[in-house]
Amino acid sequence: MVVSTSVDLLMADTDTTSTAQSNANGMTEPTHLLKQAEIPGKGVLLGWLRQMLLIREFEVRTMQAYQNRLIGGFCHIYIGQEAVAVGTIAAVNPDDPVVLAYRDHGHALARGMDPKNCMAEMFGRIGGCAKGKGGSMHMFDADHYLYGGHGIVSAQTPLGTGLAFATKYEDEVISGGKSSHVTLCYLGDGALNQGCFYEAMNLASLLDLPVIFVLENNRYSMGTAIERGTSMAHDLRLKSEAHDINHAIIDGKNVLSTYRDFKGIADWCREESRPYFVEAQTYRYKGHSMSDPRKYRTKEEENSEEANDCIATLEEFLVEEHDVTKDAFKQLTRQVKTQVRQAVEWAKKSPETPMEEMYKDVFTDCWGPYTGTSKPDMLEEGGLD
Amino acid sequence: MKVTTKERVIEFRDALREAMCEEMRNDERVFLLGEEVAQYNGAYKVSKGMLEEFGARRVIDTPISESGFSGMSIGAAMRGLRPIVEFMSWSFSLVAADPILNNAAKMLYMSGGQFGCPIVFRGNDGAGGQLASTHSWCVESLYANVPGIKMAIPYDAYDAKGLLKTAIQDDNPVFFLESERLLSTKCHVPTEEYTVPFGKALVRRSGEDCTIISFGRPLHFCLEAAEELAKEGIDCEVIDGRTIRPLDIDSMVESVKKTNACVVVDQSWSFASVGSEIASQIHAQCFDDLDNHVHRVHSDDVPTPYAYNLEQAYLPNTRKVCEAVRQATYNS
Ligand SMILES: Cc1ncc(C[n+]2csc(CCOP(=O)(O)OP(=O)(O)O)c2C)c(N)n1
Ligand SMILES: [Mg+2]
Repeated sequence: MVVSTSVDLLMADTDTTSTAQSNANGMTEPTHLLKQAEIPGKGVLLGWLRQMLLIREFEVRTMQAYQNRLIGGFCHIYIGQEAVAVGTIAAVNPDDPVVLAYRDHGHALARGMDPKNCMAEMFGRIGGCAKGKGGSMHMFDADHYLYGGHGIVSAQTPLGTGLAFATKYEDEVISGGKSSHVTLCYLGDGALNQGCFYEAMNLASLLDLPVIFVLENNRYSMGTAIERGTSMAHDLRLKSEAHDINHAIIDGKNVLSTYRDFKGIADWCREESRPYFVEAQTYRYKGHSMSDPRKYRTKEEENSEEANDCIATLEEFLVEEHDVTKDAFKQLTRQVKTQVRQAVEWAKKSPETPMEEMYKDVFTDCWGPYTGTSKPDMLEEGGLD
Repeated sequence: MKVTTKERVIEFRDALREAMCEEMRNDERVFLLGEEVAQYNGAYKVSKGMLEEFGARRVIDTPISESGFSGMSIGAAMRGLRPIVEFMSWSFSLVAADPILNNAAKMLYMSGGQFGCPIVFRGNDGAGGQLASTHSWCVESLYANVPGIKMAIPYDAYDAKGLLKTAIQDDNPVFFLESERLLSTKCHVPTEEYTVPFGKALVRRSGEDCTIISFGRPLHFCLEAAEELAKEGIDCEVIDGRTIRPLDIDSMVESVKKTNACVVVDQSWSFASVGSEIASQIHAQCFDDLDNHVHRVHSDDVPTPYAYNLEQAYLPNTRKVCEAVRQATYNS
């Protein structure tokens, strides 16, 4: 299989001519040509496949655990969108900040969070990444520069701008060097309709902040198809271009092209210290949350989307280009099944969050009736056994 | 006015819908808008079937733009339309804090009485069950601080319908706080139209030894506690305030003058809260009648935790109400 060239990305490049024209009108965006990254070798690709399989298996077991009432509250499943998290996170450095919405288990795992801590968080246990205080929508992991999943739609977009502000400030003002980080800020298509997103983009552009707003366009926000909630849904580039921020569309169903296109963008943002708006086209296979009969879309649509599956596509590529055997896939699948089963067992055994934790972390110190703060177990030494 | 007909029992959510439908039939200026209210039939099925009856001009799906659609509705209300704005959760109303608190609440005053704001904001308030810190807001204390808004919190289906009709008919902005936890509860609701007035508390259980005052969902714990305490020989009077603004303090004072003891149960945080306000007013008006200071039960003074055990310990519950009553009546 050949990785198709992303037409839209090329168009984004062509578009620099119009940017150049607007230079005459006082805009200062430099013209640029994005380099498409090389597709990495077999070892790396097998790693990506393993991550995507891990996320999918993890989500299957999450749904089970939810049905068995081990998980409560709102819980949003990432199945179908795995290539976006895996392909984009692979394109940045481990110390680049990442901030998310509430559909966040997949990114947390792709970022390197141990599935044990991710599962334990949803079980409301002390071994969870936030000591069981946050649950499914709030995956935080300081060691992996993961600044959380956030439940209020679009609340994370100004945070993304702020994280980029901070890295730039640290790199340039405090260290006296060159800005060298890039922040990934993910949002759903529903978040396009919140005012704060436009404020976040405007600020990022004005202040030359290296943040990439990664729109995971899965075409629905809850039961609302994007065209019903967003004007100009067929041409979202206008949303960012109004703020002098470049836009690109990537195929979020294909981890290879996601990585290839996104790496170039991330490198450019890092180099130029500028924001970007990237639309990853994808689809969520499951309901919005655990109680959604999905009456707003057809079975045919779901079937045709699922027929173009990110895991199958990568497997096909590995078979054709790298002679990987079906047996190797089976082995990987067995491995992740074991890993996730162990995560569930570990989470079950992790003790309930003790009552005194209720009064910790309200403040950093012991002011008032509170009892200070402590690191989550997973960040303590030896916290992972 | 309590109308008696043959017992018809319906769910709280259906009662809310009936109120909206009746008012929309009676007054063309009334319309409903919010996230998922039309095609999806409402995230909690409150507006089920309304799109079919009233069409897309009067039952309007909005994008996730709380600030925008709240502000837009307030603009429409200034022209005399009567919007009902559904917040999927009052937690999300914080995104619209400026329009609802600055514009809706103050428009009449700022315009010297020229432009009113006949609008209802409604939706789920309070912890829904492990929804964690951002999605578990009890906004009553936060918003009750602001002059210019009315605030109702129904406890059962009968009041849900009657109070919501009053809210829609009111010429002022009304914050209408429902509880997801109550939506499936049922009680008798007559088929005839009726309203429940604002500012009239309801005695849900009469008793001699201690007055328990609450609103909305925590009343369930209060009534349970009253039964439990009765076994111990403590006879509680449970008052459902029904509306926080206006507050029927007179009924509360009257009850406390009889029982000489008072517990206020308020699911929001304790600091500068509805509970502290009521306690203060009771102290001022019943100073000589009280055998003990007013005791209060609130959510713990921390962000809402996700973990089930912590959330249970954090919220008001029957045990906490019992404990407070025992203390207030020197029975502990
Ligand atoms: C401010 C706010 N309003 C409403 C909600 C309720 N809500 C949660 S997710 C969601 C849909 C968001 O869809 P989208 O942004 O496309 O993300 P997806 O679920 O597709 O990943 C809504 C309406 C919320 N969490 N926050
Ligand atoms: Mg979406």
